[in-house]
Amino acid sequence: MAAGRHSRLSDWFNRRGWSDIIISAPYIWLLLFFLLPFLIVIAMSVATRTPSAPPFGYGGDNPALNFAGYARFFEDELYLRALVTSIINAFVAMILCLLIGYPMALGLTRMQRNWRNILLMLIILPFWTSFLLRVYAWMGMMGKSSWFNRLLTDLWNMVTPEGWAMSSIPMMHSNFAVVLVMVYTYLPFMILPLYANLERLDPTLDEAAMDLGTRPFGVFWDVTLPQSIPGIIAGGLLVFIPASGELVIPTLVGDAGSPMIGRVISDEFSSSRDWPMASSIAVALLLLMVVPTMIYSHFQTKAEHKPENRP
Amino acid sequence: MRIEGVSKLFGAFQAVRDVNLTVGKGEIFALLGGSGCGKTTLLRMLAGFEEPSAGRIFLDGQDMTGVPPWERPVHMMFQSYALFPHMSVEKNVAYGLKHEKMTKAEREERVRGMLDLVQLTQFAHRKPHQISGGQRQRVALARALARQPKLLLLDEPLAALDKKLREQTQFELMSIQERTGVTFIVVTHDQEEAMTLADRIAVMDKGEVRQSGTPTEIYEYPNSRFVAGFIGSITSFDGRVTAVEGDLSRVDVPGLGTEIVARSVAGAPSGQEVTVALRPEKVTLTREKPEGPNAIAGEIKDIAYFGKDSLYRVTLPSGGLIAVHGVNAKRAEAGRPDWYDKVWLSFDPAAAILLTE
Amino acid sequence: MRRRPIFLISVLCFGFAFFYIPILSMIVYSFNGSRLATVWGGFSTKWYVSLFSNKQVGAALFLSLKIALISATMATILGTMAGIALARFRRFKGRLFFSGMVTAPLIMPDVITGISSLMLFILMAEWIGWPSTRGFTTITLAHITFSMVYVTTIVQSRLISAERDIEEAAMDLGSKPWQVLWDITLPVIFPAILSGWLLAFTISLDEVVITSFTTGPGNTTLPLLIWSKVKLGVTPDINALATLIVLVVGIGVVIAGWLMNRAEKQRDRDARLAYRANE
Repeated sequence: MAAGRHSRLSDWFNRRGWSDIIISAPYIWLLLFFLLPFLIVIAMSVATRTPSAPPFGYGGDNPALNFAGYARFFEDELYLRALVTSIINAFVAMILCLLIGYPMALGLTRMQRNWRNILLMLIILPFWTSFLLRVYAWMGMMGKSSWFNRLLTDLWNMVTPEGWAMSSIPMMHSNFAVVLVMVYTYLPFMILPLYANLERLDPTLDEAAMDLGTRPFGVFWDVTLPQSIPGIIAGGLLVFIPASGELVIPTLVGDAGSPMIGRVISDEFSSSRDWPMASSIAVALLLLMVVPTMIYSHFQTKAEHKPENRP
Repeated sequence: MRIEGVSKLFGAFQAVRDVNLTVGKGEIFALLGGSGCGKTTLLRMLAGFEEPSAGRIFLDGQDMTGVPPWERPVHMMFQSYALFPHMSVEKNVAYGLKHEKMTKAEREERVRGMLDLVQLTQFAHRKPHQISGGQRQRVALARALARQPKLLLLDEPLAALDKKLREQTQFELMSIQERTGVTFIVVTHDQEEAMTLADRIAVMDKGEVRQSGTPTEIYEYPNSRFVAGFIGSITSFDGRVTAVEGDLSRVDVPGLGTEIVARSVAGAPSGQEVTVALRPEKVTLTREKPEGPNAIAGEIKDIAYFGKDSLYRVTLPSGGLIAVHGVNAKRAEAGRPDWYDKVWLSFDPAAAILLTE
Repeated sequence: MRRRPIFLISVLCFGFAFFYIPILSMIVYSFNGSRLATVWGGFSTKWYVSLFSNKQVGAALFLSLKIALISATMATILGTMAGIALARFRRFKGRLFFSGMVTAPLIMPDVITGISSLMLFILMAEWIGWPSTRGFTTITLAHITFSMVYVTTIVQSRLISAERDIEEAAMDLGSKPWQVLWDITLPVIFPAILSGWLLAFTISLDEVVITSFTTGPGNTTLPLLIWSKVKLGVTPDINALATLIVLVVGIGVVIAGWLMNRAEKQRDRDARLAYRANE
């Protein structure tokens, strides 16, 4: 009897049990710890704030569905301004990353192979150190009395007329600081996909264009750039998506007067203990992110299905 | 087109050594050699992608030194075709024309003409990955010809095609060349391709041109063991000239077990050590001892039957082997030589090639 | 005919200066004798001394390593399973939904993951009484969830590019499908699994936003400790801590690079020997 049960169990395992286990373990985990919290956020966004603990309620004295959070999101200027600030900061950071990252990635492909590997490692290396400390490094650089600030101040005073002289440049706690640090921390995300893309391009295409009468800069414009569009889109979104929801950088170096959306969510949640409001903003931010993500996955699948990319 | 004393060094490696060549207008000229012989480097110097370390290249009497690729009236058809993957067939062909001073209508007219020439009009709007390998080859050709270059360089133009398509494309290339009158320089490692396509051939080895001339000159009168062996097949024997009698020389060839008569060559006086090279199709195989000189006895060791002809490998009295071609003119011919048959080999004095280097 | 790309090289130089000058500045100032973090006050190692005598730092580092070790291992197991499921099982119920759930955490902003996890844990405590306190357990659960999807991405792309014929060969030789997975597939993709683990480990060790939401009283990881100090401004002992971290990571990367280089050279040599033996 015991042997029979054992063989039935091993039968089940051999036939489909093993694959059922492999599928269901991560499936259930994600349902429980990713989907469920996500649904809670959505449900919370239509709950009503109460002074109880936890600070929300449904039904009873409160309306079953309360859209006050969403209404306030569109009424109170603070939230929309925060959203616009986030989009602008993330977009400017993305463009700057592209302007610096593209020539760097292209320059890497022109290096000798052993040099290339060392330089690639040097690009990834700061990424392995702490993210917080990379932000912190710029806090030290931007402070009013730091050597970097004094250097820039001296330069400024040298090139500008008398009346414009400054004792220091107010870099910290501004959107400038946020964008600068975002570029610093997210630049590798731009360089790496671009490099991967540019490295695969066939150098004989450049020669073919030159042979047909095109000067080197024209070759870049006609041949290299159009072929690197998938890399530009991948890198751009890898910078834009995390930058737009960023919390750490605006908290440390940002202007408290014009906060980014991530900081607003965190403040509503922790300082004001307004869970429904925080959840409403979160849902709005997620909806905003759906668009670039869909662009990304559209290009990703297109790239995978191109016949020339198939082995 | 004239190449004068051109050499190219990559570090300590001499890729091309003192090459002198002249290519006439409207000619198809082939650079033939194995991989690493320097033929591609020479081609890239003509296109302007590499500068020669020494020597000069003249095009229509004009020195090309220091002229960048985009200013040379020389276009190249790349081995990989190097079609721009993000442009349609039509845009690829039109690409070079955007640097020409011409109206939009003229440009369209030219592109249409080129697509007509290579019979790709119906594929004008396809992308390169949507057409076959042979069609891609023709797009690359049309693109390179569209600007009406003085000189077209073709890097292994047929290497990426399969055998059937290659033969057909060869003739297409020749007819397109005839119609456009553009000078072609073709780099190839395939001797048959070079022989069919080219008016003249230069055989290259280790960066040097070993011999240049018409296909017939190179095949019938090779100037060295290397050229003789590279073009077609040969069986070679060591020998020594015993007497020179005007046009004909007597050569003692121990490998053949006899003294033979061959056409004299310059630089081979009596007593000179020479190599005697025999091409399989120049040797006749008979059962009876033939009249005249150069008759050698042997025994058939191997027969490779190809259908239209057969290749016999015959053991000589000295123990050596020689390859002999026989045409199978009749069907199931009675008395065709068979394994282990005793046969006689003979050849015309003019057919034996004497080589001194 | 290759011209030196002067513009590209100068941008590369600028980029590397941009990457490394702030880090170098931080290292130099960690030896600053002055309390004012941005004014030079002579060479000193006192910040290192104060760092090492600070018990909080040691405890926070230990907690971070413990969480990173456990969460990376769990994330690797679950993430590898998910990767195999997506790459090898062509159809099962809810496959599309599953693959969506695997990609979504990658683009979910940390703040939202943080507050949603926190609300989940609070509500779970309310409904089923577990987890009764927040801290080590809740941080680890949250870390497993967001780092497993990185492992899945790596494993899945490795499996898609892996050749299927060795698996078919093993099946042809009589192995059951799960034995093929265990004997053939997993050993072949082991390097991908290892790099997935490493990535999960570093992400967990570095995570601050989600951790700050899911932690409870008395459970301070190293990033949380740095976070609370850095929020108050520039302090010299953080410079010292940063220098040590850069040093450890730098040495680790150099050693890893050297080992990989050596393995590659050994492979080349073996290949040459094998080739020569064939001749």
